[in-house]
Amino acid sequence: MLRNRNLVGWLQAAPLATVLLGFLVAPIAMIVIVSFWGATEYSIYPAFQFDNYQFLFSSPVTYTVFFNTLKYAAITWAFTLVIGFTVAYFLAFEIRSLKWQIALFLLCTIPFWTSNIIRMISWIPFLGRNGIANSTLISWGVIDEPLEWLLFSDFSVILAFVHLYTLFMVVPIFNSMMRIDRSLIEAARDCGANGFQTLWNVIVPLCKPGIMIGTIFVTTLVMGDFITVRFMSGSQRANVGRLISNDISLLQYPSAAATAVVLLCTVLIVIAVLLRLVDIRKEL
Amino acid sequence: MERRSRSFYLLAGFFGLFVLFLYGPIVTIGILSFQGPQGGLTFPMNGVSLHWFRDLFEEQAVGDIWGSFRRSFALGLMVMVTTVVVSVLAGLAFRKRFAGATVLFYLSIASLVIPSILISLGVGLIFNQLGFRVHWITSGFGSQLTWTLPFGLLIMFAVFNRFDKSYEEAARDQGATPWQTFAHVVLPIIAPSLLGVALFGFTLSYDEFARTLLTAGSYNTLPLEIFGMTTNVTTPVIFALGTLTTLFSLAVIGTFFLTVWLLSRRRKRPSDAGKGMV
Repeated sequence: MLRNRNLVGWLQAAPLATVLLGFLVAPIAMIVIVSFWGATEYSIYPAFQFDNYQFLFSSPVTYTVFFNTLKYAAITWAFTLVIGFTVAYFLAFEIRSLKWQIALFLLCTIPFWTSNIIRMISWIPFLGRNGIANSTLISWGVIDEPLEWLLFSDFSVILAFVHLYTLFMVVPIFNSMMRIDRSLIEAARDCGANGFQTLWNVIVPLCKPGIMIGTIFVTTLVMGDFITVRFMSGSQRANVGRLISNDISLLQYPSAAATAVVLLCTVLIVIAVLLRLVDIRKEL
Repeated sequence: MERRSRSFYLLAGFFGLFVLFLYGPIVTIGILSFQGPQGGLTFPMNGVSLHWFRDLFEEQAVGDIWGSFRRSFALGLMVMVTTVVVSVLAGLAFRKRFAGATVLFYLSIASLVIPSILISLGVGLIFNQLGFRVHWITSGFGSQLTWTLPFGLLIMFAVFNRFDKSYEEAARDQGATPWQTFAHVVLPIIAPSLLGVALFGFTLSYDEFARTLLTAGSYNTLPLEIFGMTTNVTTPVIFALGTLTTLFSLAVIGTFFLTVWLLSRRRKRPSDAGKGMV
């Protein structure tokens, strides 16, 4: 019977396993292999050398870029957490009818199903030198001349990240909040807790799994990104993803692969730390 | 009705600002895509016209927009169908707790959080070394599945965690075969959620960029085409395109919700099950 159950299970899981083996495990294995290869200007050749890693770790650019990547991840994480938690709290605790909760929740999630590239492009009329933000501020007399740092800067990169990824915080935190037994909150109030104490000592701890899942999503998405940084900084800022994509465009695949391996290790370490704190499967 | 507290209004204001933050920019390019022929990339509006939409239909002005749209649409449908079928099968498999389930689960999660450019690079390298030509139907398709399947699987987990097993037991007790139990009991119950999986499958594929970048080959999908435009197009035609593809996405999402709503309405009507027996 056990044998039979395993067999049927394997058959049903086979398509998923095949796709993941072919397009996740194999590509990563390939990247690890190629990271030891050598490259000429036009082609790559099999080898077993540590040149790519040596070059990577000896270049000061690498450290700056990795630091920059972690910086983007940390700042974006902080903003998405605060905004996401507040929005989720409003939906879960201040909206009382389920119908409205669902409607407003969907309102927040619809942009997720539209194009990220278009959502980035749509910031240009706002942030440009003659954009809406600058002309509004000038007409209000807040500033005399246009702010140069609105577009193509760290500011616009992080703004775009927050714009694109806050949803990944809202959804899991909202999910956690909806599972909180409302009588716990009543109990806290009966015991004399004020609003803030209830929030901090009851709601936040119970939302921890949601916060963790959101955190994993946001940090890994930001750390693996290359297109948002390239587009929103007008190619003036760099993160690890851009380092990789630059190497790719120069056909320096082994070097790109080595950077990719180091990036993957960084991401995996971050996730391993976060996963220690929560069991995702229980939370669905 | 209980009186609303002050915190309600504060939070409602915050929520309103958040929604404005989410939708403001896209509404702005929606408006700006109606710029007059002399208009630029930002306000003021230089007249109102359909000039830039008309431009989209002229080959010379924008390149192969419609070809890339057709490819993205076809690829979206392929990914959608595959995602639904594979996710349901995997969801059923995970209920059986087969040996190796944990490894497969963590692989799926890894697939979700791995930097997309690694998939793109790795798949590209494999195809090159094996001498295959990268093409959106093969390498592009597989790469996108690594992004849509984990979402499908997570939805299936959520569905089956809430699934009442007594329906299945009842079917089995009445002598239904495993296939009959699945087709006539399980499938109808999970059908609305499958529409959700389909929505994720299609839209995530339709808008996918990073994983398709090095795996689409010589024919671009729509997001790749649009990104190419950002480097050399400096007219509102790109806003017009953005508006159209966003409207298309919204139409897809709208169709999905309409279908779910119609399904749930049909379900509420009293069933005629068993009447044929009398």
